[in-house]
Amino acid sequence: MIPAPFDYIRAGSADEVLAALAEHGDDAKILAGGMSLLPLMKLRLATPSVLVDVGRVRELAYVNDGGDHLAIGALTRHRELETSDLLARECGVLQAVAAEVGDNQVRHRGTIGGSTAHGDPASDLPAVLLALDATLVVRGPNGERTIPVADFFVGFLETALAADELLVEVRVPKTGATGFSYQKFNRRAQDWAIVGAVAVRNGSTRVALVNMGSTPVRASGVEEAIAAGSSAVEAATRAAEGTEAPSDLNATPEYREHLARVLVRRALEAAAA
Amino acid sequence: MDISITVNGREQRHDVEPRMLLVQYLREACRLTGTKVGCDTSSCGACTVLVDGESVKSCTMLAAQADGATITTIEGLATAGAQHVVQRAFTEHHGLQCGFCTAGMVLAAVSFLEENPNPTEAEVRLGLEGNLCRCTGYHNIVQAVLAAAGSK
Repeated sequence: MIPAPFDYIRAGSADEVLAALAEHGDDAKILAGGMSLLPLMKLRLATPSVLVDVGRVRELAYVNDGGDHLAIGALTRHRELETSDLLARECGVLQAVAAEVGDNQVRHRGTIGGSTAHGDPASDLPAVLLALDATLVVRGPNGERTIPVADFFVGFLETALAADELLVEVRVPKTGATGFSYQKFNRRAQDWAIVGAVAVRNGSTRVALVNMGSTPVRASGVEEAIAAGSSAVEAATRAAEGTEAPSDLNATPEYREHLARVLVRRALEAAAA
Repeated sequence: MDISITVNGREQRHDVEPRMLLVQYLREACRLTGTKVGCDTSSCGACTVLVDGESVKSCTMLAAQADGATITTIEGLATAGAQHVVQRAFTEHHGLQCGFCTAGMVLAAVSFLEENPNPTEAEVRLGLEGNLCRCTGYHNIVQAVLAAAGSK
């Protein structure tokens, strides 16, 4: 399987990316690690006429201490997140979940910005960013703006990113030694989550779900129940509230709802332990 | 577009289409057919090669992305006619049945052992999660990787 023809532009800096996007607009797609985009292009589900390769823009690969938060460059690879001592110490949930994305080969290439900008509800990291109330920094022709992650995922593979904008940084709060758990249910280790649930106890308890709708979603009912003093077992019964679970060859919506309740209970219990 | 890639220690220069996949490039332009195309959907790992020392699925990378990189395929793993320690371990522990997954399995194992030189059996199994053996010969593959780790 070979992608449809395209023009290839290799950007050496964020400014070069923006210039290419300004010129080609909607016809262009940004290629980071390519772990999501290239499979779509090989299946010809995506046929961009211009590919802007940002893989060499290493100025956007970093994990920095930003005072009250961590600043993570969009082109930081999963493997770099997985092995970052700073991330492990200050935001353990993101480090731990980065280690569960795909397989070693995927983690050597895939980036946090690529995974986020792709907006796949079955991806691991977007749900974690939701649970963390992360902030996304995007750069466009008129400079930078920040987008709360809660406003970023707007539909299946659709985000609030404009065609001439580049996601440059992900900011996550320092959660220190607070409890967290990610429960990923799949049938083969390297597969996408059929359903995933992440719980983070950082002051309040935040819960987000993978693959339970057209975007990653917060389990608000569960969060309300925990805030009102419910036990993990009671709160988890509300895990599927408001979700629109997809149906595919792996699972029916009803089965996914069942999985969400079980996985949320496990995540809450593990995060509290 | 013109690209220059060091493959198994030798610089290769070719004019390629931007859409050419790295696995196609290695097999068709470099004539190195040890790297296999299995699922062609980045699931099976048969096409695994080392790009700048790290395992990558070459069916899901463009040759253009590898411009300037250093690549090792199964043909380049032995040095001066002597098998790499992981190749030797696969031979001694019969870590293959039909052999189709073997090149990818060996290179994935080499990269994994670089990152985790003293793994447990569970870590080996998880470390090779991106490589499928259709013969289900995992038992001996895992034994081979453990033996390779122990013999370093």
